[in-house]
Amino acid sequence: MYNFVEQGGVNDSGIEEDPEKYQKFMERIEAGKLIEADDWMPEEYRKTLIKLISMHGISEVMGALPEKEWTPKAPTLKRKLGIMAKVQDEMGHGQLLLRVTEDLLKPYGKTRENLMEDLLNGDLKFHNVFHMKTKTWADAGLIGWLVDGAAIISQTNMLDASYGPYQRALHRICAEEVFHAQHGEAIIMALAEGTEEQREILQDSVNRWWPSLLMFFGPGSASTTGSSKQEITMKYRIRKSSNEELRQAFLDKYLPRVFSLNLTVPDDTLHYDEQEKKWIYQQPDWNEFKQIISNKGPMSKERLRLRQIAYENNRWVIEALSKEHSFS
Amino acid sequence: MTHFENAEQAKRDPLYKEALTELLYQFADDDFILAFRGSEWLGLAPHIEEDVAFSSITQNTMGHATFFYQLLEELGEGDADVLAHERGPESRKSAVYLEKENGDGHYLDEPFYDWALTVVRHYFYEEFKQVKLELATRSSYQPLADAAQKVLMEQPYHLAHWKMWVKQLLAAGGEAEERLRARMVEAWGEFKDVLELGPKAKQMADAHLIAGEDVIETQWVERVETTVGKISKQQLGKKQGSGRSGEHTGELTIALKTLSEVYDTDRTAIW
Ligand SMILES: [Fe+2]
Ligand SMILES: [Fe+2]
Repeated sequence: MYNFVEQGGVNDSGIEEDPEKYQKFMERIEAGKLIEADDWMPEEYRKTLIKLISMHGISEVMGALPEKEWTPKAPTLKRKLGIMAKVQDEMGHGQLLLRVTEDLLKPYGKTRENLMEDLLNGDLKFHNVFHMKTKTWADAGLIGWLVDGAAIISQTNMLDASYGPYQRALHRICAEEVFHAQHGEAIIMALAEGTEEQREILQDSVNRWWPSLLMFFGPGSASTTGSSKQEITMKYRIRKSSNEELRQAFLDKYLPRVFSLNLTVPDDTLHYDEQEKKWIYQQPDWNEFKQIISNKGPMSKERLRLRQIAYENNRWVIEALSKEHSFS
Repeated sequence: MTHFENAEQAKRDPLYKEALTELLYQFADDDFILAFRGSEWLGLAPHIEEDVAFSSITQNTMGHATFFYQLLEELGEGDADVLAHERGPESRKSAVYLEKENGDGHYLDEPFYDWALTVVRHYFYEEFKQVKLELATRSSYQPLADAAQKVLMEQPYHLAHWKMWVKQLLAAGGEAEERLRARMVEAWGEFKDVLELGPKAKQMADAHLIAGEDVIETQWVERVETTVGKISKQQLGKKQGSGRSGEHTGELTIALKTLSEVYDTDRTAIW
């Protein structure tokens, strides 16, 4: 799903390509066979996976932070437990995916530590939605409902991915994402059926998050931002549908639900074109999108700062653990 | 010894009920505040594997708090959410040591949290909770005995987790050991409050709700010292005051404000 970022953390390393192996490889994936971590794979495939999965993984980790802002503040014991379970799952997804990435990084001699460094120096991007500010409790609900809802759509699109370890991770993740969306929806329903003020913070939340939700799936084509990896990921059978197809699926699924709660979206031009069978909507500002994922979003610096503190402040712990391991 | 099978029976004996609710508030408030401190750590732990494990423990701990607030609700103390969110610091029965901030900064702003404090606090607390729950399984109040039994099912995992951290960091020697030892000495000076049963301790013992606080202390000291050795020549202290008697620091006030921030915007709304 995170297929639109140009720079990843991997430099060219000049592994020789072998046309015969390449052809066999392509035949295998075209026959629907899975590639495993120790199998031969083309350099381009490996790099594409590393970019995709490291960004997905680190986005799970960074994605826990906006919700964490509301975890202690959740308004009932039940909601406190629900959001705690969710943020824990997200960290778990991050862990799972970073491990898949680590295996892919082995030939380059890179590790988890390098990924964290790449994140902090800006080489490893995280998803646009997680650069945004949260303002009210409604945002915690909206993230579960629509951001996780969008994630389900883009991740479901890769459930047949040709890379075995990623495919298996996605199956586990998608099963949990369904609970996240239900958790978010339950919060939203309570607000939608609640007091005037509760409805107000809900509508305000939808208004603020709408452009980010459209951006979530990435630009429609490379020409929009000058970068898109969707063709490569489709060629290698990692994903099936294009960014725009996924966005349309999201609008198909969620707009009727939004409207049925008597909520609106901040786009006067939005309508369904019966002839073309698709939603016509106002494009979000793709320049802003580029800025956001370059860590120039409203909360990019603050959230990265939290990871940096975690990294530096706990260095003595990591050093102690490595010492302890060398004894045992 | 009189045995109370359910809330209805306990409610008919006002003195019994008074000691019982006091004890349940201790269980609930301890877990509630420590789960809060845990939730502040999310995303800041030494590594992602630890973030996952720690947040799982924190979530369980909040679940236990909920469970104990529900027992209070059954006894007519009010809705569990009201008990968790509306009571001011002066009526909280949690121990003061548990409300201590995780370190410098705020969870959203420059959180320079101290992993040594967290490891020591959680390890000490989980050993204590294990002892107190074990004793509570023999309580004269059956719903508490059952609750203790249930919570004890998750307890070994929590305890093992923090024990492993303590052992690893002590074994590493150097800075890690120094940091841990300093936090243990600090805790020693404050932890007596955690081990105590508060102003109604005698009533609790008389009603066979739980064994005396001397039993809790003896067992706790023995278990902790088996793992980490002798901590201090000093007596166990309660330098920060007696949370069991409702004495608290400003750090609890701030924590409760955060915990109730959204709830307080409309206490009657359905969230
Ligand atoms: Fe996730
Ligand atoms: Fe999720």
